[in-house]
Amino acid sequence: MSGPFLELKNLKISFPTDDGVVHSVDGLSFSLERGKTLGIVGESGSGKSVTSLGILGLHNKRNADVSGEIWLDGDELIRAEPERVRKLRGNKMAMIFQDPLSSMHPYYSVGHQIVEAYRVHHNVSKKVARKHAIDMLGKVGIPQPDRRVDDYPHQFSGGMRQRAMIAMALVNDPQLLIADEPTTALDVTVQAQILDLMHKLQEEFNSALIIITHDLGVVAELADDVLVMYGGKCIEYGTASTIFERPEHPYTWGLLGSMPRIDRPNLDRLVPIPGLPPSLINLPSGCAFHPRCAYEPRTAGLGKTVAPELVPAGGSKHLVRCHLPTEERQRIWLEEVKPKLEAQ
Amino acid sequence: MITYIIRRLFAAIVLLFIVSAATFAIFYLVPRLVGATPETLATRYVGRAATPETVGLIAHKLGFYDPIWVQYGRWVKAIFVGADYNIGTSVEHCPAPCFGYSFITHQPVWPDLLNRIPVTLSLAVGAAVLWVFFGVSTGVLSALRRGSLLDRTAMSFSLAGVSLPIFFTGMVGLLVFSYKLQWTAPGGTYTPFTENPGKWFYALLLPWCVLAVQFSAQYARLTRAGMLETLGEDYIRTARAKGLRERDVNVRHGLRAALTPLLTIFGLDFGLLIGGAVLTEAVFSLPGLGKYAYDAITNNDLPKVLGVTMMAAFFVVVANLIVDLLYAVVDPRVRLG
Repeated sequence: MSGPFLELKNLKISFPTDDGVVHSVDGLSFSLERGKTLGIVGESGSGKSVTSLGILGLHNKRNADVSGEIWLDGDELIRAEPERVRKLRGNKMAMIFQDPLSSMHPYYSVGHQIVEAYRVHHNVSKKVARKHAIDMLGKVGIPQPDRRVDDYPHQFSGGMRQRAMIAMALVNDPQLLIADEPTTALDVTVQAQILDLMHKLQEEFNSALIIITHDLGVVAELADDVLVMYGGKCIEYGTASTIFERPEHPYTWGLLGSMPRIDRPNLDRLVPIPGLPPSLINLPSGCAFHPRCAYEPRTAGLGKTVAPELVPAGGSKHLVRCHLPTEERQRIWLEEVKPKLEAQ
Repeated sequence: MITYIIRRLFAAIVLLFIVSAATFAIFYLVPRLVGATPETLATRYVGRAATPETVGLIAHKLGFYDPIWVQYGRWVKAIFVGADYNIGTSVEHCPAPCFGYSFITHQPVWPDLLNRIPVTLSLAVGAAVLWVFFGVSTGVLSALRRGSLLDRTAMSFSLAGVSLPIFFTGMVGLLVFSYKLQWTAPGGTYTPFTENPGKWFYALLLPWCVLAVQFSAQYARLTRAGMLETLGEDYIRTARAKGLRERDVNVRHGLRAALTPLLTIFGLDFGLLIGGAVLTEAVFSLPGLGKYAYDAITNNDLPKVLGVTMMAAFFVVVANLIVDLLYAVVDPRVRLG
């Protein structure tokens, strides 16, 4: 009866367009418990944000085809009544968006927007909601919240805006919080503060947290588990230590190689992944990553013709979608990739 | 905020002076530049059989021999302190604010203007209520049901509405609704509101509708475009993610932002309209400022044309001023910027 708190089963989201059907998310499954953090990483257009909007039911039914199952605490969301999902949205599940300036309404004060979010789900007076909003602003570290509550978003700095955004998302104590690139628009110094804040608040509310990012540094900081997406599919999944210490997918190796790290001697020699992310309308045949994969010749032609399955691999909870045999992948990582990364 | 208002007020006054100087120059300086002499200007004010001596005398009396800035100064001075006009048989006093004296109707212009403002104002306010209501609601519905039959029908009709001129829709309206069906009043039956509100409403109904058709069409298109743009904004997605009802997302977040740019356009349109809805008033023979301007131009009555032009300019400038101040109220970014 009591399954995981959040479970996605074979989620597919596609958008019919004039140029063809865009398969943004193609058969994604994962689960997440309360108090745990999942990091979803991948390049732009890999389907990360589409997934998160899909969980909240924010895709317009008129231009998106959504199928599969999303279970949140025993409720299935895809076939549920839109009104039912709306009542969960912002309440049981909430979202923090990437760019807090464009994500807040420019004509309403920060306080008004938080009060609005609270009163949709709580039948309280404006006065009570306002007091709660001030408390929330204080909790996310905005100084003098009782005065700043009437300020407009443009009067806040970037970091303050993101804090206000977090306050707005957390105002109803959501049990699932999705943060879509929460620190991308911020200064590096502010990034660390915001990540720290999210971690603290997650512990306080014991919520499940999904962090969507292309920044592996953020994932290393916060995530318990990591899901790597490519071309709308999960291509590697595992605990954070597995993904960072013994990754088995060539794409994950590429991501690690292109991550700047202060503890490496030569900062100027980042290794980019060659090529571009695939078109989601015409995915490459076989393995979607094969045109960019340096190890494709070792698959004896399989990479070009057969789509690989997501299969268990070496680490704990470890899943990888690759044609190379597990032993071969582990050997390549240990002998060819890891030494190079460390020498960089 | 106070300095913002003062700055705007000051700019408005300067603007009115520039408009008055330019208008004055068009009517009194430009003819001179293209060869008119004080005498040719004066022939308009004398009978057909006047001798050159009479013409010279009139030109002198009207001050056409004075330098242009002296003439302009006299005109401006009359606004503040009034003036006396020697019309040959007697001297007529034109009390301040004196916006000129018509030598054709032998009347000062200002009281005429005052009498006609309520007519134009009635026309403009009634039409504005109609067009804002129908234009904005059509635009919103079109945007929300983008691509639907309703959207396509509304947009086709609005294209027609924008394209058809008032003198066409007005004439057809009169023919069909006033003369054939007899639902609305025929032209030329305007009654002031204070005299008989029922007749006032009856006489204005068709002009309101005709004006509103044209403006609603334009506002529907503008609202639709504004809504479509706003609904694609990130903060609309945020509003939805908060769990707001779809109606609140569209109205409180979408429409609120989409309406702000419309305010500017509305201010301009409304100001222009109070300054004289020339075509509408001419078609329906409404005794407003527009009809006044139309008659003044047809009769070549320069002081009247000058006066009504200033009046129109005044309304446009004031409308703009109000829009600027309102903008600061609706957009917090302007308030503090």
